[in-house]
Formats: sequence, C-alpha cells, structure tokens
Amino acid sequence: MRRRLGGDSFLRVTLAAAAVAILILMLALAGVLISKSTLSISKFGISFLWGSIWNANTEIFGALPFIFGTMYTSALALLFGLPISLGVAIFITEKAHNFPRIGNLIGTLVELLAAVPSVIYGLWALFVLSPFVKNYIEIPLHNSLGFIPLFAGTPFGLDFLNAGLILAIMIIPTVSAITRDILNAVPNSQREAMYAIGATHWEVIWKSVLPYARSGIFGATILGLGRAVGETMAVTMVVGNQIKISPSLFSGGYTLASLLANQVFEASGKLFISSIIEICLVLFLLAFVINVIARFLIWRMTKGVHFRG
Amino acid sequence: MLVDKIMSALIIVAVAIAVIALVAILADTVIQGLPVINVDFLKNIPGPVTVPDRGIGPDIVGTFTMVGLATLMSVPIGVGAGVFFSEWPESRLSFISSFTNDVLAEFPSMVIGIFVWVTLVISMKTFSGLAGAVALGIIMIPIIARTTEESLKIVPRTLREASIALGVSRWKTVVRIVMSTGKAGLATGILLAIARAAGETAPLLVTALGNSFFAKSIFEPTAAIPLFVFDYAISPYAIWHSYAWGAALVLIAIMLALNLVVRLVIKRNVTTRAEI
Repeated sequence: MRRRLGGDSFLRVTLAAAAVAILILMLALAGVLISKSTLSISKFGISFLWGSIWNANTEIFGALPFIFGTMYTSALALLFGLPISLGVAIFITEKAHNFPRIGNLIGTLVELLAAVPSVIYGLWALFVLSPFVKNYIEIPLHNSLGFIPLFAGTPFGLDFLNAGLILAIMIIPTVSAITRDILNAVPNSQREAMYAIGATHWEVIWKSVLPYARSGIFGATILGLGRAVGETMAVTMVVGNQIKISPSLFSGGYTLASLLANQVFEASGKLFISSIIEICLVLFLLAFVINVIARFLIWRMTKGVHFRG
Repeated sequence: MLVDKIMSALIIVAVAIAVIALVAILADTVIQGLPVINVDFLKNIPGPVTVPDRGIGPDIVGTFTMVGLATLMSVPIGVGAGVFFSEWPESRLSFISSFTNDVLAEFPSMVIGIFVWVTLVISMKTFSGLAGAVALGIIMIPIIARTTEESLKIVPRTLREASIALGVSRWKTVVRIVMSTGKAGLATGILLAIARAAGETAPLLVTALGNSFFAKSIFEPTAAIPLFVFDYAISPYAIWHSYAWGAALVLIAIMLALNLVVRLVIKRNVTTRAEI
C-alpha cells in the first residue's frame, strides 16, 4: 500500500524552516555586531582592549575600565557565591540525602532565587543590601584598615563590593543546581570505600567526592561566571557607574554591560556608536568563550554516568 | 571529628545565607511595596513630575502587550525548531541549528537589545513597543526550543515505533502522538520563557524606552513594569522609590502566578504515565 508522503515532507520542511530561522537570526546578530564595529576596530585596533580613556567629546574610546570592572565584580561574585553554592549543593546531596523532603524544600527555595527578575535584585541591593554593607562592613573596614589599597577611598555604598555581593547571590541558583547534578554523578562506590576505611562524613566529602567532582564543579563555576559577566540591571544599579580602574572594593566602577545600559542614549556620532557595538562584541565573545569552556568541563564529567538515586 | 562538626556547621550557614537572601528579598518587596498598591496605582498613569498619585497602568498594559507579541513571534519558531531537533536529530541542519540555539541562549540580553536598537529602532527612527517585543522574542526563542526538544526527547521511542508500525504517517505520529504526549513539557517551556520575558529590563531600555502614558500603537515608545521599577528606583525622589517597590511587588506577583501555573501543568501530567 503506497502512502502519500506529502504530509511528511510538508511537516519536515516547515520545521526545518524554523531551525533555519534560528540560523538566520544568529547570522544577523553576528553580522550586525561585526559590521557596525568595523569603524571602531579600524580606528583603535587591538589597543581598544587596553585603552583606559572613554571620552565622548574627544572621541577617544577604550574598553579597559569596563573589562576591569566586569572582571573585578565577577571575581568577587565567584569568591562569595561559590562557597555558598557549594555548601547548598553538599547539603542537599550529602547531608539531606536521607531526608528527601528537606532536600527538595531547600532545592526549591534556591531555585526560586532564579525566578526573581534582575531589576528587583538591583532594587533590593540599592535600598537594603548596599546601605547595610556600607554601614556595618565598609565604614568599619575603611576606618580601621583604610591604608590597605583594598579598603581605600571613602565608602559610598555604590561600589565594586556591593555589585560583587549581589552578583554572588544571583549566581547561587545556577552554580548550586549544576553542582548538585555533578555530586549526584559521583559513584557511590567512592563514598563506600572511604566509609569502609573509617572516614567521617566530612572526610568522605572532602577527600573523595569533591576531588572526583573537581572538573564538574569547576565547570559549574565557569557557568556562574558566564552569568555574572552578562548581568546588566542589578549591577548597573549598585556599581557606582564611575569610569575608574581601582583595586579598592569601595571604589565606584563600571562594567561592560552597565556601560551599554547607560551610554546608549548618549551615543551620537558614528564612532561612538561603533565603539558601543564593539563593546557588545567583546561582551558577547567573553560570554561565549566562558560558556563553551564550562559546557565542555561539565560534559566531560557527566557523560555516560548513571546518576545516583 | 571536630573538623567534621565545624564543616557541617559551615554548610548549614551557607544554606542559611541562601535562604535568608531569598526571604529578605521577597519580604522587603512585600513590606515596602504593599502600602503603595491600590486600585488607582494599578490603573493610573504616572503623569508629570508634580502629580502625586502615580500609577503603573500603562506599564501593565505595555508588559502584557509586548510579552504577548513576543510570545506570538517566538512560539512558532521555538516549538518548530525544538520538534525538529528532537524528531530529526540525524540531520546536519539539526545539529548546526541546535548548537546555534545554545549559543543564542547565552547571549547577554543587553546585547540583544542593542542589536534590535541598531536595526529596528534606528531604521524606524523611533523607539517602539514592536522593537521591545522583537527583542523579547529573540530572548524567548532559545528557551522554548531547548525545553521543547528536551520534553519530546523524553517521550519513549516505543510510542513512535508503535505508531509507525500501525501505519500512521510520520507527520501524524509527530504531531498527534509525540507532541501530544510531551505537551506538558512544551507548555512549561513556553510559560518559563514568558516569565523570563516579563522580567527583562535591559533590552527594553533601548528598544521600548518606556512611556508615562498609554501607548496608542506599537510603533510608539511603550511602558513596561520592570522599566518602571528601574526608572523610579534610580530617581532622586524618596516617594518615587516606594512606587518602585510597589511595581516590583506587582512584577513578583505576576512571576509567582506564572510559576504556579507551571507547577499545576506539571502536576496534571505526572499522573498520566506511559506504560511502556
């Protein structure tokens, strides 16, 4: 019996069209980003990446303050966010392993953190977190240890430290969720072997589970870094928006993403706009490379693994 | 033994910090935002600077309009691509497009906003709700495509094989059997994408711009709730800050409603299990 295959090819073509649409979208994005930044690339060349002046009047643009700001705030985010995410993941997979309801509850609560829109994080950071940190952490630190460059400069509350802190909270759901999967992928035999030679629970975690999961956890961290790098709104609201390169935690700063948010409206003149687009390109490449590395590390750890119950 | 106890305590501290942060954010939003909410707030326009009774009417309408438009644009492409990735995974187009989709998912939303700014806003010579909707749509597509693909991949292969064995055509198998079985996952993916779009601010800053009045068409600057929160939070007036909290509470309420619908959809389908 011959079947009419018209319906089959119609569906396949229609669906393929949707897949092609995604490719076209990507090409358009890449195309616009590259073509519109050629003016700026040809004017400044590779030194754009370490140029520290961003001045619309003299039409000199350099990305260094913003790359520095992005790196600094993201590093702080990892510094504060990684231990907490790790703690949450260890709690859910190890400590609460025999109490699934508690584990699920904590897991759900942490996932809820991911559902909060970025601008609300910014709002809370601006009016609640930042004053608190300024009054109880920054000012005492500055008064006692202000001679150290890390704590120099009068704290105003809108600085690298606060941006790093709110970013840390924002990456907790991502990093802890992936770390949970990673830890669950560690074979039980590892734990059993440690228990068999008389290890305490923490020794099991520290000496056999975590080392086994090392590259996966590293991958989860890099994924969190990718999130932090692209984050715009919450950072813009508390980073201080000053074009400065300073090692001080209490210094105002600027990140690549918040530059885009703030300066798009001031952008007039072809070179300015082209420099803005080049910043977009830098930001995109940064996020892209970070994510590729992260995915590779995570994939390497979890391929072909039977997940622990 | 002591190290064991200390580390256990530290782990609990870490969990406590995460939970306290969540509770603090939600509680502060409710405490600061609730006093501001009333019927007037929900339907008034912000108006000129001197007017005291401000409202987020245009923002609510704007958010619904732009997210709705974005959904209309992104669901066909997202679902279509997702089904293609799942049902024809051997195709080279499928592999390339799926990889591209993952890259698209990782684009910072601000960069997507600037892309739409450079293309639509500058060529139309105006900020518009349409540009905002397009930006949101671009952000939604990868989410929908990925969740669609994953939901359909979970459908047991034996269902497809049984259907073909009975002589059902491929297209009917995909549409009537596979997609129908995976429809809860599909719906969840779309709802999650909608929730994400409703909360996005950065791309709207440079496409829809925001508006103190109801936009009369999608070719005008359009207001949105997250934009309102941002604009009023960074303003110099203390009373405007409380309006920002109020709008934030409305936004959280919308998020919560969407997440609740997602849980209901999932729950409904957990009971219908494939016996194979």
